[in-house]
Amino acid sequence: MAFWFIQSLNSLALGGVLFTLAAGFSLIFGLMRIANLSHGAYFMFGAYLGLTVLQHGYGFSVAVLAAGLGVGILGGIVERVVLRRLAGNSLSQVLATLGVAFVIADSSLWLWGGDPQTVSSPALLSGAAQIFGLTFPLYRLAVLVFSILIAIGLWLLLDKTKLGVMIRASVDDRQMAQGVGVPASKLFTIVFCLGTALAGMGGVIAAPILSVYPGLDADMLPLALVVVILGGLGSLAGAFIGSFVIAFIYSFGQVLFPDLAYIILFLPMVVILAVRPRGLFGRITA
Amino acid sequence: MKRAAYAALLVLLFSLPWWIGGVYYVNLASQILIAALFAMSLNLLVGYAGLTSLGHAGYLGLSAYTSSWLMVNLGWGHLASASAALAGTTLMAAMFGLIALRATGISFLMITLALGQILWGVAYRWAGVTGGDNGISGLTRPSPFGLDLGNPNYFYFFSLTVFLLVWGLIAVWVASPFGASIRGTKDQPRRMSALGFNVWLIRWTTFIASGFLGAVAGLMYVYYQQFISPHSLSLANSAEMLLMVIAGGPGTLSGPVVGAALVVLLKNVASDYIDRWVMLLGFVFIFIVMFVPGGIVAGIARLGSSSMLLRKLRGTKPDLQPGAGHAGNAP
Repeated sequence: MAFWFIQSLNSLALGGVLFTLAAGFSLIFGLMRIANLSHGAYFMFGAYLGLTVLQHGYGFSVAVLAAGLGVGILGGIVERVVLRRLAGNSLSQVLATLGVAFVIADSSLWLWGGDPQTVSSPALLSGAAQIFGLTFPLYRLAVLVFSILIAIGLWLLLDKTKLGVMIRASVDDRQMAQGVGVPASKLFTIVFCLGTALAGMGGVIAAPILSVYPGLDADMLPLALVVVILGGLGSLAGAFIGSFVIAFIYSFGQVLFPDLAYIILFLPMVVILAVRPRGLFGRITA
Repeated sequence: MKRAAYAALLVLLFSLPWWIGGVYYVNLASQILIAALFAMSLNLLVGYAGLTSLGHAGYLGLSAYTSSWLMVNLGWGHLASASAALAGTTLMAAMFGLIALRATGISFLMITLALGQILWGVAYRWAGVTGGDNGISGLTRPSPFGLDLGNPNYFYFFSLTVFLLVWGLIAVWVASPFGASIRGTKDQPRRMSALGFNVWLIRWTTFIASGFLGAVAGLMYVYYQQFISPHSLSLANSAEMLLMVIAGGPGTLSGPVVGAALVVLLKNVASDYIDRWVMLLGFVFIFIVMFVPGGIVAGIARLGSSSMLLRKLRGTKPDLQPGAGHAGNAP
């Protein structure tokens, strides 16, 4: 009983991490129609940035914000310098993001070395919570809360603000939106910055759980892909539910069938593709 | 005239060990031929069918692991293990095709990436069978017709023979009516469908053929290396193969070969000076995609006629390949 409970809570925490990664991925896909294959690299780069900020003695929240800002700016530069020049050719853009992913990953290896680095959770949250007589690290609960806050924030942004209206309009019908004066070019940069910043923040948030190591990017990218294929491309609700479904399957799979956890992880993707190719909540058929 | 040029090229290729000066270069030539096999098999999908796959290294891995495992653990002979590896990988390609061809465009790319990562994950985590991170070693090179392929020169001739066979096969296939229908499904899937062609079946057949030739390349790879580890199945390796196709010229016969030669030479030369090969790979990728979108073979031809590159650098929109422009271009 305790095993199932603890594993479930672990899955919820991992789901929270996956959501910060997949939400940006899904948002970028929804608006720009490109699969950002450098998303895992932004996640890892954010984690390393956060690590450096922490090593300089700043607090955890500063590290999260700094990583979000740093990675967001990097994403903005990539969007302006590389992706912008390939506008209209999604496939070339996707391949360019793959190139960017290699450059970022190898730069991180160069800057921070090849040894895995552990990050301790912030002092305030380093204790353990008592739930039904079971001890559970407080930090993992905080991650879950954080991801829910992010989800609410994104929902408010998309649903209640003018910016959100413009983004949704462009997702639904880009040409029409441009026709009525939505500055699509500016939106692309904003959304790309936002999506990559979320990934960067997610990297720091995940660091105390997953630790930071070269290859983290390649580990996370397929998870983000599976989440959005499951939840539907460009759907925030899909990304949210998909993240937790995948997190549960991954956490339990790793404990129950450690050798085959990776295969089990991709089974829901295969089933969804066979039954409902556009994903659980997807509207876009790509 | 053209025939004479081809004949001269063949003579040059078959006499390579005598004029290239050194075992190192003979091995490098074998590496290029094997890389070209990968690129050519991937080109069937990427260039002719217009389906960009990022999971091609999976076939390399499956074929290499199957043959190695059967030989090392069960003591099978070369012929039996190679046949089993080819059959098994082709079967896997058929199953992957069923999944991946639910989509086209960028979704297809994402699914093939995910499938490739599954195979990588199996190789890496299922340590009881695959040896985990250590991989499998102990495989020997075969000796067809009594020729010991442990000799670099003989191995080069063997690679060249396989390469020419596959080249011929692809050339015939692409020129056939079926090849024309593949290109048709790339450019105009709806019209092909309206004309009564089974677009899905054409794509699936191509997918399987690409997997089979990928398995052939995987066998050559593992015979050359005599070692296989999860690293060979990584996303970076799949991306490298895709780079060869895109850099050389997708949808052409010689493009992938040129791309393979470029990548292998670059990798070998670069690794002598810097150990940041992955970063270089990334920059080359971005550069090729941004400035040489049709590949080097086409790019050189165009560069001769106009100042294409200059206009690109000034930020004019690159001319797009038909059909590649829209992610939502579903059939």
